[in-house]
Amino acid sequence: MIVAKRKPFEDIKEMLQGYKKVLNVGCGTCVSVCLTGGEKEVTVLSTELEMARRLDGNPIEIGQVTVERQCDREYLAELDDRVDAYDALISMACGVGIQFLAERFPDKPVFPAVDTSGLAVNQAVGWYEERCRSCQSCVLAWTGGVCPVTMCAKGLYNGPCGGTNKGSCEIDSEQPCAWYMIYERLANQGRLDCIKKIHPPGEWKDQVPRTLIQPGYKKPEKIET
Amino acid sequence: MSSENGLKSGSNLEKILKAGHFAFTGELGPPRGANAADVREKASHLKGVVDSVNITDNQTAVVRMSSWAASLLVIQEGLEPNFQMVCRDRNRLAMQADILGAYAHGVRNMLCLSGDHQKFGDHPQAKGVFDIDSMQLIGMVKNMRDDAKFLSGGDIDEPPKIFIGAAANPFADPFEWRVHRLAKKVESGVDFIQTQCIYNMDRFREWVKQANDMGLTEKVAILAGVTPMKSVGMARYMKNNVPGMDVPDDLIKRLQGAGKGKVAEEGIRIACEQIEEFKELKGVAGVHLMAIEWEHKVPEIAERAGVLPRPIVD
Repeated sequence: MIVAKRKPFEDIKEMLQGYKKVLNVGCGTCVSVCLTGGEKEVTVLSTELEMARRLDGNPIEIGQVTVERQCDREYLAELDDRVDAYDALISMACGVGIQFLAERFPDKPVFPAVDTSGLAVNQAVGWYEERCRSCQSCVLAWTGGVCPVTMCAKGLYNGPCGGTNKGSCEIDSEQPCAWYMIYERLANQGRLDCIKKIHPPGEWKDQVPRTLIQPGYKKPEKIET
Repeated sequence: MSSENGLKSGSNLEKILKAGHFAFTGELGPPRGANAADVREKASHLKGVVDSVNITDNQTAVVRMSSWAASLLVIQEGLEPNFQMVCRDRNRLAMQADILGAYAHGVRNMLCLSGDHQKFGDHPQAKGVFDIDSMQLIGMVKNMRDDAKFLSGGDIDEPPKIFIGAAANPFADPFEWRVHRLAKKVESGVDFIQTQCIYNMDRFREWVKQANDMGLTEKVAILAGVTPMKSVGMARYMKNNVPGMDVPDDLIKRLQGAGKGKVAEEGIRIACEQIEEFKELKGVAGVHLMAIEWEHKVPEIAERAGVLPRPIVD
């Protein structure tokens, strides 16, 4: 899933300095699961902001709503009748949701309350680890299911580098060396030949905004709002 | 493909190795500023003492005078540079441009490296490029040299005739993989290898034997990395803080046993003993001496290691 972390409170407060009536919009999907931007977190942030602004002698009124998914037009439509009453919007969704919200309500300033950090697994409650950089050129077939683009600090396709350190990455002893893991897993499977071949330079596909259209579908001439 | 004289680049280092001489290379770290005199001063100690000198490229991810610029200063001083290039700071466009430019100014050797992660340096907030890795860089330079092609497949009107080097760390884990990684570099087209600093001689001998057994040392010249220990503190630091470094306890004990004021001398003695062994070790074609911020000591070490005078090959 997509994981994100709430921005520092002071940063959020600073963004909203000049606004008196703001709608805080949470998202009920990924950011809700990773305990960052769901209904509960919307309530906590809204309450904190109202208290802080009251203490500053500059009160703010914050409306709260959490939609099922901010990356889905159908759910954003639920907000159409509510937004007019506010000066600005806060989004607690991932970067995708924040932008989609801003796109739907182009006349309203939209402020992000979270920093999106990536595509991650849930190792335990509150503990997430990134696993995919969505490079659009998946190499997991020959790397034993370990992503060198994400898990190697240098994103090497022909590792490990000389900095691999007893199974850890040179940048941090807590960070496993991706190429050590790749070696171990492939050795265990008797598939080291997969990495004896030189992998050629990558064709980076994430250097432009990407569009995905599934086979059998096409971009509609007019987008239904 | 090679030129009429059978040489790939015609660099001094290539000629020395091709003639079967035991090569001896050094290292020079560019200054943290635009101080050309500093480069010239360091070069003055190495002229006539080494066959080629590595010019490090923002080593340890700390900004310094660019390696190609310092390489040009070294050429002006009558010394042959080994232009180091890391994948951390440039994408494939900048790399190829710098290779052409450096060659146009007389650079004939290159060392292709991944580069220390930017986290270690003076700009830890920097975006690491790593567009291609060191293995791919070797292949790119070879393709530029031998086929006159850019990585894109486009034609190069005058190809850079570069003698291609790379690093190898026989001590990093997993040990069983190290020789295979060397084999990949050979397959990519590397001409010479300079190894990580060697302190664990047993492990190095084993790695070279594996390389011999796989026939790799017939295809690539391996220069054994030597860095004399200046102090017990340095030895301990390298053992505990430098990833991929293997410093045996016996070596630290020997340095401790040298007594006060005599540790650096003992460090040089150990380095000379290593060099003597490397001269006789099958599969080792030379020594790469990394006397970090100790350039002025190199002539003395070279003299005592019996590698002077350096042969001259036309």
